[in-house]
Amino acid sequence: MTGQTVVQLTDLAFGYERDRPVLAQINMSVRAGQIVALMGGSGCGKTTVLRLIGGVVRATAGEVRVFGDDVAAMDQAELYRMRERLGMLFQFGALFTDLTVFDNVAFPLRERTNLGERMIRDLVLMKLQAVGLRGASQLMPHQLSGGMSRRVALARGIALDPQLMLFDEPFTGLDPISLATIGTLVRELNDALGASSIIVTHDVQESLNIVDYLYFIAAGRVVAQGTPDEVRASEEPFVRQFVRGEVEGVVPFHQPANDYRSDLLAADR
Amino acid sequence: MATEPQTAIEPKADRPGVLGTLRAALEHLGGWVLRVLIRLGYIGRFAVAVVRFSGPSFARFGLVMREIYFAGVLSLVIISVSGLFVGMVLGLQGYDTLVRYGSANALGTLVALSLLRELGPVVAALLFASRAGSAITAEIGLMKATEQLAAMEMMAVEPIARVVAPRFWGGVISMPLLAAIFSAVGIFGGYVVGVLIVGLDSGSFWSQMQSAVDLRDDLLNGVIKSFVFGVAVTLIAVFEGYDAAPTAEGVSGATTRTVVTSALVILALDVVMTALMFRGI
Repeated sequence: MTGQTVVQLTDLAFGYERDRPVLAQINMSVRAGQIVALMGGSGCGKTTVLRLIGGVVRATAGEVRVFGDDVAAMDQAELYRMRERLGMLFQFGALFTDLTVFDNVAFPLRERTNLGERMIRDLVLMKLQAVGLRGASQLMPHQLSGGMSRRVALARGIALDPQLMLFDEPFTGLDPISLATIGTLVRELNDALGASSIIVTHDVQESLNIVDYLYFIAAGRVVAQGTPDEVRASEEPFVRQFVRGEVEGVVPFHQPANDYRSDLLAADR
Repeated sequence: MATEPQTAIEPKADRPGVLGTLRAALEHLGGWVLRVLIRLGYIGRFAVAVVRFSGPSFARFGLVMREIYFAGVLSLVIISVSGLFVGMVLGLQGYDTLVRYGSANALGTLVALSLLRELGPVVAALLFASRAGSAITAEIGLMKATEQLAAMEMMAVEPIARVVAPRFWGGVISMPLLAAIFSAVGIFGGYVVGVLIVGLDSGSFWSQMQSAVDLRDDLLNGVIKSFVFGVAVTLIAVFEGYDAAPTAEGVSGATTRTVVTSALVILALDVVMTALMFRGI
């Protein structure tokens, strides 16, 4: 079911500040139809990879190719044309708080297409039906639970039938039922749209159930990768520690610090 | 500082001398000036971007209408009530002074000129900044903090065109109208005090006002003032919101800055415009 390469990152490096690189050397690729998980500890730069793919920030070195085109070489208009083929789900949904659920899903259709209101209405109801929330179309975002918000955001993300979906921590803070619902929806919608997806997450178990391939990032590099079966069977120390959620391992519990004893005694001197 | 000669009385190597202190003060001042200039440049570029991306605001005027409702219509109560009180106070104070010179009949003129030239535009702008300006900043700042602006950008929708420009034009259109309403209600307040309570002649109250108020010198200049204040306050409000750090603290700081900066800018601009407009009158 996998086809041509949709996203290709080559020797990618990035830092918000010159002397503090977030990403040092990332190589990864996503093929058409694939769902790829990007895993790693909090603050390891996973979300930054999504921002680089969307062209929100530019790489300091290396190359980002989306749909075969170099993102760094795009001007504003080309970037916006590329983004029309992207759908992104933000960590907490990022729904427009002044619009109803219906208007949130209709937003990209109204802004980016010339469709009439009747057509938009039908499309919005179809997208909401797909995430099971057609009955909530007239609610305001503050009336939704966390899981429902995420589903509405998902419906909004697929409004323009994107070819690539980016998910930023879609499972964070959800109860088990909502979490499984989102996981199933991500897989089903990806297959129904014939799209590709990149999921940034640290939810190992849910990811292993739904994705085709996983990349592990630590210290700005891809430290391990493989299919879910390969990851489950992996004896690689970082992967083992991450998948099993062990406190001690190659990723130390303690931040590097001075000698404990001398730190404690320092105040007495 | 490292090259300063050390004396026995000043054993600490890092104690700055007079030159060092002076240098540090200059560096501090220079740094401050640079930061202010950079920020002004940033606001200037932002203002250009707002105008550049104003197309959708006018092509889909419903977006601006919605903002006129939030910034203008919802400010009507505070503007009207304040206008009434300011007009009544002007009536009371004006009568108290004018009656000493036997010219109490000029009360209508005093109330109208004070409101149309100064108090209408200035007080309405101050109220507008604290009621609508702060709301605009908080709303845009929170949209940024909750990634709504980032979501828009990822949907290939320019946030300045969709969020900032309609709010800017909504404010710019609302402000002169609110100032006009403030002045009108204020004049009515002066009428209530002067004619209905104190008992001045209604005919002379209105006719003196009519003959003293000039369409261009008084009315038009007042409208120009309120328009300039509208541009300044709304630009500050949308900029502070857009520039706010995406945290609770960042948004609260930006909201405060909107009100404080707007107040100072309104009063400073008023001095300049009054000096230019009413110099020869």
